[in-house]
Amino acid sequence: MPKANFQVEIPNTENLPKEKFNELKQYIDGLKSTEGALIQILHQAQEIFGYLPKEVQLFVARALGMPGSEVCGVVSFYSYFTTEPVGKHVISVCMGTACFVRGADKIVDRIAKKIGIGPEETTKDGFFTLKNIRCIGACGLAPVVMVDDKVYGRVKEEDIDDILDSYRKEEA
Amino acid sequence: MSTNNKDTVHITINGQEFDVPKDITILEASNRAGIKIPTLCHLDLHDLKAVNKAASCRVCMVEAHGRDVLVPSCVTTVWEGMEVTTNSLQAITARRIAVELLLSNHPNECFTCSKNLDCELQSLAHELGVREIKWSGEKQNFPKDISSDALVRDASKCIMCRRCETMCNEVQTCGILSAMGRGFDAIVGPAFNIPMVESSCTYCGQCVAVCPTAALTEVNHTYKVWEALNDPDKHVIVQTAPAIRVALGELFGMEPGTIVTGKLVTALKRMGFNSVFDTDFAADLTIMEEASELINRIENNGTLPMLTSCCPAWVKFIEHQFPELLDVPSTCKSPHIMFGIIAKTYYAKKLGIDPNKIVVVSVMPCIAKKAESARPELTKDHKNNVDIVVTTRELGAMIKEAGIDFSNLPDSDFDHVLGESTGASVIFGTTGGVIEAALRTAYEWMTGEELKDVEFKQLRGLDGIREASVAVGDMNLNIGIAHGLGNARKILEDIRDGKSKYHAIEIMACPGGCIGGGGQPYHHGNDEIVKKRQEAIYKEDRSKTLRKSHENPEIIKLYEEFLGKPLSKKSHELLHTHYEKRERI
Amino acid sequence: MQIKSLEELIKIKEKSYKSVYLRQHHNNDSDEIETRNATEDEISKNIIVCGGTGCLATDSAKLIKNLELILKARGYDHKVKVIRTGCFGFCEQGPIVKIDPDNIFYVKVHPQDAKEIIDEHIIKGKKIERLLYIEPVEGKKIEQHDDMPFYKKQMRIALRNCGLINPEDIYEYIAFKGYEALGRSLTTMSPEEVIEVITKSGLRGRGGGGFPTGLKWQYTRASEGTTKYIICNGDEGDPGAFMDRSILEGDPHTILESMAIAGYAIGAQRGFVYIRAEYPLAIERLNIAIKQAREVGLLGKNLFGTDFHFDIELKYGAGAFVCGEETALIHSMEGKRGEPHYKPPYPAQKGYRGKATCVNNVETFANITSIILNGHEWFSSIGTEKSKGTKVFALAGKINNVGLVEVPMGTTLREIIYEIGGGIQNHAKFKAVQTGGPSGGVITEKNLDTPIDYESLSAIGSMMGSGGMIVMDEHNCMVNISKFYLEFITDESCGRCTPCRVGTKRMYELLNKISSGEGTLEDLDALKQLCHMIKGSSLCGLGQTAPNPVLSTMHYFWDEYLSHVKDKYCPTGECKNLSKYSINPDKCVGCTACARVCPVDCISGEPKKTFIIDESICIKCGACFDACKFNAVIKP
Ligand SMILES: Cc1cc2nc3c(=O)[nH]c(=O)nc-3n(C[C@H](O)[C@H](O)[C@H](O)COP(=O)(O)O)c2cc1C
Ligand code: SF4
Ligand code: SF4
Ligand code: SF4
Ligand code: SF4
Ligand code: SF4
Ligand code: SF4
Ligand code: SF4
Ligand code: SF4
Ligand code: FES
Ligand code: FES
Ligand code: FES
Repeated sequence: MPKANFQVEIPNTENLPKEKFNELKQYIDGLKSTEGALIQILHQAQEIFGYLPKEVQLFVARALGMPGSEVCGVVSFYSYFTTEPVGKHVISVCMGTACFVRGADKIVDRIAKKIGIGPEETTKDGFFTLKNIRCIGACGLAPVVMVDDKVYGRVKEEDIDDILDSYRKEEA
Repeated sequence: MSTNNKDTVHITINGQEFDVPKDITILEASNRAGIKIPTLCHLDLHDLKAVNKAASCRVCMVEAHGRDVLVPSCVTTVWEGMEVTTNSLQAITARRIAVELLLSNHPNECFTCSKNLDCELQSLAHELGVREIKWSGEKQNFPKDISSDALVRDASKCIMCRRCETMCNEVQTCGILSAMGRGFDAIVGPAFNIPMVESSCTYCGQCVAVCPTAALTEVNHTYKVWEALNDPDKHVIVQTAPAIRVALGELFGMEPGTIVTGKLVTALKRMGFNSVFDTDFAADLTIMEEASELINRIENNGTLPMLTSCCPAWVKFIEHQFPELLDVPSTCKSPHIMFGIIAKTYYAKKLGIDPNKIVVVSVMPCIAKKAESARPELTKDHKNNVDIVVTTRELGAMIKEAGIDFSNLPDSDFDHVLGESTGASVIFGTTGGVIEAALRTAYEWMTGEELKDVEFKQLRGLDGIREASVAVGDMNLNIGIAHGLGNARKILEDIRDGKSKYHAIEIMACPGGCIGGGGQPYHHGNDEIVKKRQEAIYKEDRSKTLRKSHENPEIIKLYEEFLGKPLSKKSHELLHTHYEKRERI
Repeated sequence: MQIKSLEELIKIKEKSYKSVYLRQHHNNDSDEIETRNATEDEISKNIIVCGGTGCLATDSAKLIKNLELILKARGYDHKVKVIRTGCFGFCEQGPIVKIDPDNIFYVKVHPQDAKEIIDEHIIKGKKIERLLYIEPVEGKKIEQHDDMPFYKKQMRIALRNCGLINPEDIYEYIAFKGYEALGRSLTTMSPEEVIEVITKSGLRGRGGGGFPTGLKWQYTRASEGTTKYIICNGDEGDPGAFMDRSILEGDPHTILESMAIAGYAIGAQRGFVYIRAEYPLAIERLNIAIKQAREVGLLGKNLFGTDFHFDIELKYGAGAFVCGEETALIHSMEGKRGEPHYKPPYPAQKGYRGKATCVNNVETFANITSIILNGHEWFSSIGTEKSKGTKVFALAGKINNVGLVEVPMGTTLREIIYEIGGGIQNHAKFKAVQTGGPSGGVITEKNLDTPIDYESLSAIGSMMGSGGMIVMDEHNCMVNISKFYLEFITDESCGRCTPCRVGTKRMYELLNKISSGEGTLEDLDALKQLCHMIKGSSLCGLGQTAPNPVLSTMHYFWDEYLSHVKDKYCPTGECKNLSKYSINPDKCVGCTACARVCPVDCISGEPKKTFIIDESICIKCGACFDACKFNAVIKP
């Protein structure tokens, strides 16, 4: 069974602590076999680092003895993986069909306008990341907006200000 | 009616009935029947074991009765009773729209494109009668990557046929190129879209050889050659590799496998080179050194096996992928580099020319040599051993540019001092050739006997990995041959795991060796062409009177007058090199 | 403890029965568990609270906590048990609470209602009127869920345990005959017999294609090789469909059990559930279920004392709709880019790791155990000629009762929308219902009486798909809906083949052009041509069906497309460039409501006089239209 290569060097970067690499290493080490486990490992890596920067992708590639292009090809294929750090709060607007027919597009527009960024972007201060997601299965509450894990159902455009301001206030 | 047995099926194509083997594709069946179906992503180099089954372009769609959607003929196998229509309105419309869609996301700058008139997409558009591109919209736009000395990546021209990916990953196992992103934004390229120069690319150029468009091409150095030729201060000499003479003719409409050595020399002379030399001369020189090194390693318990080192792509491959094995390759520089340094020392001295004024141009089947010639350790006194490398294709373009009527040129001979060569050096152009040449010399040196039959047939062919055990005196020399880096990888893994039983191994990065190099005229997926070039190489060998490197009189003279003997201090200084560990990305 | 025979299982079932007998099995199959009176020291009431994603989103976790705390405080915690189940299907009304054996159904229950439920209902035995469901058409209060129109026409086979059992307790599953079908298959039937029962039942794949399940099992069984795999496709990518998730969350064991049965039938010893990473709750419940099943020997070696071994692992998706396609799914499981490949070879011939593999959908599996227990005659007596059994739909959009409904095949759309779904929201006019998600099409009023099955939906230009059913009213623009689906497709296309990678992008651009008022008649033509080409030439089902929403809306709403192109007018006002808001001075009473909601303050006027809209500033958000109680705002 293919096992990981543990001689791999841990990259020296300021914002990616060594302990996190060690944690990832331990996880990979614990797997019975690394064959076909790339996606699973990337999930774990994203869990640990919050995102999958180049250094982490290359680290995984080297540990698994596969080309960096293959890891990058996989990471860039799946929308669940992100290569940029996300903001402190993630606003996810459901753009599933049920939410769409109940006006989710207008909700996104309104949020985008309010925080000045488009979907899949993060505000300059790193406070909010805006994301479009597909059906979270709360269609009964459409349109649905999630901030981090909190679900807001039957959201109206005019509710946006209050919802988002509450996070800013909490901060202040 | 058909005689039906188990191995064939009865099918109908465009109303004509055929019995065909049961496991072939509709495309193969149609080709056999003389019915042409256009293709684009499809690539099937049988002998080189390179098959691209992406089925992504959807240009080869045909109607199979009973199916409600069209089927891709390149990957659909025939079935009993199948009825196919290749030219129904639905099929030809679908094909044309597929090409129109590709063009709607394409720069369409054929005029200024390096692939103009040699581009599969362009000819397809022509063949399918594309007269307008109905679908306009956003185009992918990537800056050209000109970071490397060898290849240019112009991703905007990529049509996602995935041939390069198959080549680089499955055949070459380099893993440089992968599809990234998805949907309209998907693109094939190196990890993180880094510049090629930062990747572990070997510059073998196999991706270039199969890319149907100009998304991957070689760096064009022809202008530099023209500049040098027109600089009165420079003494410009040219060398041509063995594989050029059996391929160049293709660019002028000649049959693949036509040997054009004489015309080639004439053309180069007419272009204004001060001297026209043969890399074969340097190949003979390489054998002198490499055979000596092998004997030395055998006799003195040196590192075995010894791997040949005349292919720079292969050298870069081992540096990135097997840095722990850097002591196995021979330390010999590649032939054209040896040539360059000899030209700038021995030749310069002999003719009394300031080496700094000598410009060495290499005409190579290879794009890796472009990058190789820029390697820092291969420069002496801050001057490259070889100054400019152009490919077979670039030379063809220059001949056309110069207005030379190539097909009707008279023959001429290489210039002397560095122009003589033997049959041994000619076969450097094909897989198995280098080791066969080395064997011809090593045999005689080790046994002290004359080698009667110089043709080691067991070393020839196109199988990816070949081996032979050759009785040399009282020992059996175990020889291995691999072409294509995927095969090389297998051999290296054995060496790493201590399982290799060979004394000497020849490795060539390109499937087929240099005849299938990334700088050769495009074969457009037809591997018959590569085979014909190989036949021509062996024919050229047979036509030579001298067929062993150490019999080359100019080489003998070179040692007498300048180098002393193989592996001498001077040889080491000039003809040998070292390798370094490189990152893998 | 390990269960090593059918008899042992039955014993455990009888023991477990104690904890569930208060609950009524609204299962259509077989003998119901009879009710009996609780003795003094026994639990006498169950408070069943929905723990599905929808209800969790409306705070049901907190509600459960409150209920438990208060029970404890009142000293009732050993008499009344709070049970957290999977989705009841009626998410719109969530959180749902049901009290058994009283069979009282409360809706929209807030955490702060916990006290009242316990003090009034549990302790004093008084129903809480304000928490009862009010039926929207006639405004009546309904106590029991069996009486609700939403549930009346439903027939629950796949969803039989959702909202009934605690999915985190294997004994509750066993109490409702769980693992009996596996036990019987292994000990009394040959693999061929299992396949025969499934084949004869007429069960077809619920993942969209409708391929006969028995036949697929047979093919995989007949394939060469001794290593085979069974995969449960839990990718559920159709945006607006959530039945698979509900089953996985509400009844995970039925999937495990059915996969084991399938494994036995085709000759596989390993099964995988490929599940979206976006379904954390389903993942958690599956993990718990697998662990429990292993503990009692219902997964692992020598199941039911036979020589059959079977185990299951989870594989996670990572956000790619196309990974629902089986060949892409297999690539993804292998850790690669989820690009489909050309079939053949089919997974049944050459699938996961090159071995014969059978891929079935979650809901398909959810039917298996009932078929084995009740026989193929029972199953095939339900449904239409070619489509047997029931189908779960995720009913959503502009409809009153949003939720999951399971109905026999052959039920008409009208019954679903008007009887079960309670009609259109806000008394608006029905326009169309979209089925089959991004692969399907719209169905209009004139086809509402079509009995639903695979064939009849295809015949009217839509498809069954996975079961998403989105109801649209007069305010939904069909060009805009097409654009929405195409945007989804361009986001989700894997990019492998030309028609889908470039073609759908061009389709999206054309639709965008049309909805922004720049479309021409030639564009409509071009769009159609592109649709046909993409349908006929794409590599996988994603591309082959991507034009369906456009073709079907063009077919049924051609006038609407024409009006966008020729009259530069969007009848619904959804296409902003083609809409125009103004105030009818005859109707405006100057109430100021519109001016107050306008986000860009472009409505002016004095109170009690006519208001006007400054068109040059208006962003066409439609807020004024919704705000005006006097129908004075004209749109578009
Ligand atoms: C683009 C695309 C997406 C699909 N998504 C799903 C899905 O989310 N879930 C599913 O069960 N099947 C999906 N399918 C169908 C599967 O390929 C496969 O047919 C199915 O899982 C087989 O199971 P069944 O026979 O039980 O329906 C999808 C197919 C296509 C072409
Ligand atoms: S790649 Fe081919 S089609 Fe494209 S611009 Fe160059 S010659 Fe023209
Ligand atoms: S082919 Fe057409 S476009 Fe090209 S140069 Fe000639 S006339 Fe101009
Ligand atoms: S030149 Fe060779 S190694 Fe480099 S990308 Fe192309 S095929 Fe791969
Ligand atoms: S770079 Fe060339 S060979 Fe590679 S996918 Fe693009 S067009 Fe094909
Ligand atoms: S095999 Fe020849 S052409 Fe190919 S990379 Fe090596 S030297 Fe160059
Ligand atoms: S149809 Fe779309 S999703 Fe399917 S293979 Fe082609 S590009 Fe990928
Ligand atoms: S449509 Fe929106 S922006 Fe325009 S007037 Fe009405 S409220 Fe204001
Ligand atoms: S809400 Fe209606 S009635 Fe009131 S001011 Fe606005 S347009 Fe006039
Ligand atoms: S579509 Fe938004 S939650 Fe389902
Ligand atoms: S040649 Fe067949 S799909 Fe491209
Ligand atoms: S989640 Fe509670 S009813 Fe659906």
